[in-house]
This record gives sequence, structure tokens and C-alpha cells, in this order.
Amino acid sequence: MNFSLTEEQQLLADSLARFVERDYTFERRKAIIHGEGTSAEAWATLAELGLLALPIPAEHGGFGGGAGDLLPVMQALGRGLVVEPYLATAVLGAGAIAAGGTDAQRAQWLPAVAEGRAKLAVARLDGDSRGTALHGRAGVVLHGGEADALVVVAGEAAFLVRGDAAGLERRPYRTIDGLRAADLACAGVTGEPLPGGRAAVERVLDRGRAALCAEAVGAMEQLNALTLDYLKTRQQFGQPIGRFQVLQHRAVDMFIDAEQSKSMAYVAATAAEEGDAARRRAGVDAAAEYLARAARRVAKAAIQLHGGMGVTDEMPASHYAKRLTMIGTWLEALQ
Amino acid sequence: MDLHYTPEERAFRAEVRAFCASRLPQDIARKVRDHRRLDKSDYVRWQDLLAERGWLTGHWPREFGGLGWSPVDNHIFDEETAAAGAPRLIPFGLNMVAPVIMAFGSKWQQDHYLSRIRENRDWWCQGYSEPGSGSDLASLKTRAVREGDHYVVSGQKTWTTLAQHADMIFCLVRTSTEGRKQEGISFLLIDMRSPGVTVRPILMLDEEHEVNEVFFDNVKVPSENLVGEEGRGWTYAKFLLGHERTGIAGVGASKRELAAVKDIARSERRGGRPLADDPLFAARLREVELELMALETTVMRVLASRGKAPGPEASILKIKGTEIQQALTELAMDAVGEYALPFDPEWGTLEGAARAPGPSYAAPLAARYFNYRKVTIYGGSNEIQRNIVAQMVLGL
Repeated sequence: MNFSLTEEQQLLADSLARFVERDYTFERRKAIIHGEGTSAEAWATLAELGLLALPIPAEHGGFGGGAGDLLPVMQALGRGLVVEPYLATAVLGAGAIAAGGTDAQRAQWLPAVAEGRAKLAVARLDGDSRGTALHGRAGVVLHGGEADALVVVAGEAAFLVRGDAAGLERRPYRTIDGLRAADLACAGVTGEPLPGGRAAVERVLDRGRAALCAEAVGAMEQLNALTLDYLKTRQQFGQPIGRFQVLQHRAVDMFIDAEQSKSMAYVAATAAEEGDAARRRAGVDAAAEYLARAARRVAKAAIQLHGGMGVTDEMPASHYAKRLTMIGTWLEALQ
Repeated sequence: MDLHYTPEERAFRAEVRAFCASRLPQDIARKVRDHRRLDKSDYVRWQDLLAERGWLTGHWPREFGGLGWSPVDNHIFDEETAAAGAPRLIPFGLNMVAPVIMAFGSKWQQDHYLSRIRENRDWWCQGYSEPGSGSDLASLKTRAVREGDHYVVSGQKTWTTLAQHADMIFCLVRTSTEGRKQEGISFLLIDMRSPGVTVRPILMLDEEHEVNEVFFDNVKVPSENLVGEEGRGWTYAKFLLGHERTGIAGVGASKRELAAVKDIARSERRGGRPLADDPLFAARLREVELELMALETTVMRVLASRGKAPGPEASILKIKGTEIQQALTELAMDAVGEYALPFDPEWGTLEGAARAPGPSYAAPLAARYFNYRKVTIYGGSNEIQRNIVAQMVLGL
């Protein structure tokens, strides 16, 4: 049994944390959210740090990292509340192509992702498709609006669809937790079959859910740190409000929720690498269910402990709370 | 990151499992699984078997006659014995006074008391709480006055678990009323057969005799039974509280009880279908199951960080572990519906169980639910545990 990070994992997580602290500040993030939605500069840095290559197989220019390697990275992204399409592109899209794509598809897309030249997304089509002509809709596709290509699951099959494919209509929008998503409408879009089909994508979605659990843990830890700071500095009745036992106990429960969630993120990361589909799913399901509830509890408590400030747009804590509140919804969407 | 056990740890698990299968007396295992009353002899029989194998004190350091098990080995042992339906080990000697004697006791205390605990010859109990000193333990008033080569002890302890069986009691006593209240406390080992010691039962919500009041009326205690230095008892008590780190979570027993609730939910029917298929019940059960799953990994994380001094993580394990234990007793009680109601202490025995109305598993469940209200109160209430985490971890 071992819960410590390897030296490489630690270095990677540290350099990501430094980048977030220096260049992905709360104000910067706010500008990104209210602007393009993602940052080309930040994306270039993620490529430079080797993060985009992390989950890509070695033969396609990556490091072949698994869910265990993603865990500290996702945790750091969560801690910084990073809104870039890392999960959609590097974990889900690239993962699906790596697991279910042809050699040609892999050669075309995976090095491009590793180098930061391509963005991907994964969508599940609700509709009626015949052959390679895709018809139907997909709702709230994570970062589906800006993806250069999408892995589209239709029934038991899966396809690669170019972002600019004829017959594909995309309606992008912001999400309440600071990300981007899109509704897709396919009217006879031609897809390139992904031989691995739905089964390959599902395996990757499980890995994505495990990654999202780790991200939630990072966000929870940071939100707890912010809340503690607030409890120690905010003065009422002539003393820091953290002196009040009723608030202390609430803070302890938030801390325990984060610790228990962290344990479940380990469970998910371990399960995500299981060969057996039922065991993989059971482990990730359990963690996702747990995280969804715990993240929401922590978010609610953090807002409450911040008092009036907790319901304003000005406080970083509020934004962590929004992200954590919606984690469960995203986890369900990826199921 | 690797959540798997080593081949040696897996082999040890198999060894413990095989031992339980061949040596754990069936009547005892049945009592534990069916939540029947355990007698003193049940605990003693099982602990004798373990002592014979060296496993009663497997987690003790080798220099004190233990086997030097790692925390992971000890966790495996707890988990396997609990799963097999073994009774809990009475912790007062093994895991509470023994580490204090190892760390602070005299050579004579170590030779005499540790070997007797190792051989399961003494039953210990704990003299901490007093009627006026619960959560505010340091306010305790039981006096010990030094007179030549002995102390004279007067006062009262309460909530003393299974004191009616005990040979020895370790006590926090006041040897000084000067200075800070913590500094006047000493740690004394007292023979329960000493003249002037009286034990009075307190019946609990389940009408069981589990705890007691213990009265000391000018009890003479040889001064060689003082542990460490006079006035340092509070330090030793805090050491003791943090010592039992991971066992306090009770993961092994909770896993057994979760399985028991699932069994009951499959046998019970509601609205023409198994209770297990009732979505409301299933959701409640699932929530506890996930909490337990998370706790098991949290325990592993604490185990994996061994080498570090026992710290406030014990508080977290205590809070979560006891909340889960209570939730499981509540689910079990609710699972049997109206047959949680009929009550007679006599049905708590193996022989009496057959006379209980309703399904055989139902009769003890409500009593057990009420009994388990204690777990969030004893050993430092969960509120006190939250105070500890707020102070020591969160810096509030």
C-alpha cells in the first residue's frame, strides 16, 4: 500500500501549481470566463509542462500516464479552478481515440493533442443514425463548441467528427461553474468510424470520472483553506468568528468531507485502471456518488460560513462553491 | 499510488482467516453475529486462544513480548477476526494501559503487568470519568494522598466499562490541587480487590450491565503502582488517547454489520417485495456503504503514513467510525419493522433467542440500537473530537 506520489508526479504537480498561482489568478480566470472561455496562453503552458502529453500513449508522443498519474494533476487543476478543456481534450477525447481509434486516427490526433495543437470533446448522440451518417442531438457537451474534432457515440458505435463537418450545428455557451459547453445538432453528418465503438469510450469516461473526482478534491481542499482563512480573519463580537464552536464544528465536518472524498478519489483512480468492466464501473460509481454529495455539502457550508460575502461574485470561495456544486451533475453526465 | 496489499500481507490475512475458521469457538461467533449477549467467559476463552498463539499482543513491540506487527498487519488482523465473528478484544489492558506502561512505566511494572496482560491473566478497566468530570476530564476530584510507601485513594469513578469483571483499574487521580488542574493529576494502577473498592452497576438503555460506578473509600495503593512521575498523569492520558489510532474506526466490525443488514433486507418483505429492493431503504443503505468504503481507505492512508506520531487523525476516524456504527444499528432496527418492538432481556441469550417473537434476528436489534448511542459519547465525545481537530488541524 502506498499513497505517496513518485518524484515525477510530484514535480509535475508542483510546476502546475506554480503556474496556476502565478499566471492563473482569480482575476485572470474571471477575464477568461467572460472572454473567450479558454486561454490560448494557458493551453500552450499546459503543453509545455508536458501535461497534455501525460495521458497520451508513449508511441504517440505522450507519457502513457494512467488514472493514478492524472490524480495529482487534476487535483492541482481543481485547486486552481482552471477552466481549460484539459479533461475534455487530453483525458476524454484523446483517451477515446487512443483506446478505440485506428492507427491512422491515433497518429493524426494524439501527437496534435500532446503538442497543444488540437482540442477534442466527447459527445453522446441522442438520435437515429444509419451507417456513418449521423442524425440527432447531443446536449451540454463539455467544451464541445471549441473542439477541433469530437468523438461521437451513437448507439453501440462511435465516430470521429470534425468540428467543421457539414451538417453539424454547434451552439456553445457558458456553464454556471465557469466552463464552456455546447449543444450539438447533427443532420446527416459524416463520421469516421472509431473501431473501438461505445465500449472503448465508456472505459475512457470512467477514467474521466475518476479524474473529475480528483479535481473535485483539489477544489474542496482549496475551498476549505479559503474558508479557514476567512474564519481566522473575519471579526465579529470583537473576535475572529473561528473562535465560535458552532463554526469550528462545521469547518471540521468540511475537513472530514474532503479527507473522505480524497480517499474515494484514490478508490476511483484505482478502479478506473481495472480490466474488468463491472469492477471498474462499481468503483468509479461509488466514488462519483460519494464525491457528488460531499462536494455539495462542502460548497453549501463554505457559502454559509462566508456569510454575505459567500453569495457575492467577488469572492474566490463562491466560485469554488459553484464548481463543486455542479461536480455531481458533470459526473452524472459522464456516466 | 498503490492500494493493494503485499503478498506477505495477503498471506498473513489467509493465516488469520484459517485460524479463525479452525479455532474461533462456534458458539461465540454465533453470539457475535446474532447480536446475543457475551459473557466474561466468552471474551476470556477467545483471548486465551489468541494469547496461546501469541496474537493477543501481536501488535506489541518485540521487546515487550509482542510480534512487532506493522499497523497494516494489525488492521488485517482486526478485519479478519471481525469478519469471522470474533468478539472485540477488551482494549483496556492490551491497547490502553499497556502502551502507557511501555512508554512511562517502571521496569517492575513492565515485567509484572505487561506479562500478565500478554498471557490474558488480568482484566483491566479504565478509571477516568467521574460524576462531575466528563468532557472536562481534567477537573477530576478523586484524591490520592501519599502516606509513606503508599497512596490513600478516595473518590468515585463512573461509566467504568465491565468493571464487574476487572482485576485491575488504571486511574487518573488528583495528587495536587495547586497550579493548573492538569498538573495535579497522576496515573495510578489499582487492584480491584483492594479493601475499600466498591462496584455498583449502572444499567443502560438496553437494561444491560455494561458500565459501573466504582467507589474508592480510603483505598491503600502501593506507591510502586504510580506510573511515571507524580503530576504527569494528564500527559500520559493524552498519549493513551492518541495511541489507538486506526482500530478506533471499527471498519472490520462495521463491514460485518453492513453485510448483516443486507442479509436482513433480503429476508424482510415490504409491500410484497424484498426490503432490499425498496428504493428508499436502498438509498439509505448505500449512503452508509459509501461512507464506510471511504473510511476504509482513509484508515489505509493513516496506516501508510506510519512512522509519524499518533495524532489528531484518530479523532477523524473516531467521528466517522462511530457515526457509521450508529447508522448501521439504525438501519438494522428499521429493517425488521414492528419486530423491533418486542423486548425481553432474556431473549438476548443464545438459548432464549428461540422464544422471541418474530424472525430470530430481530429481537436484539432495537436494544443494540439504543446501546450504540454510547459510541458517539464515550472515548471523548464526538463534539470533543471536533474541538480537537479544530484546534490541532485547522488552527481555529
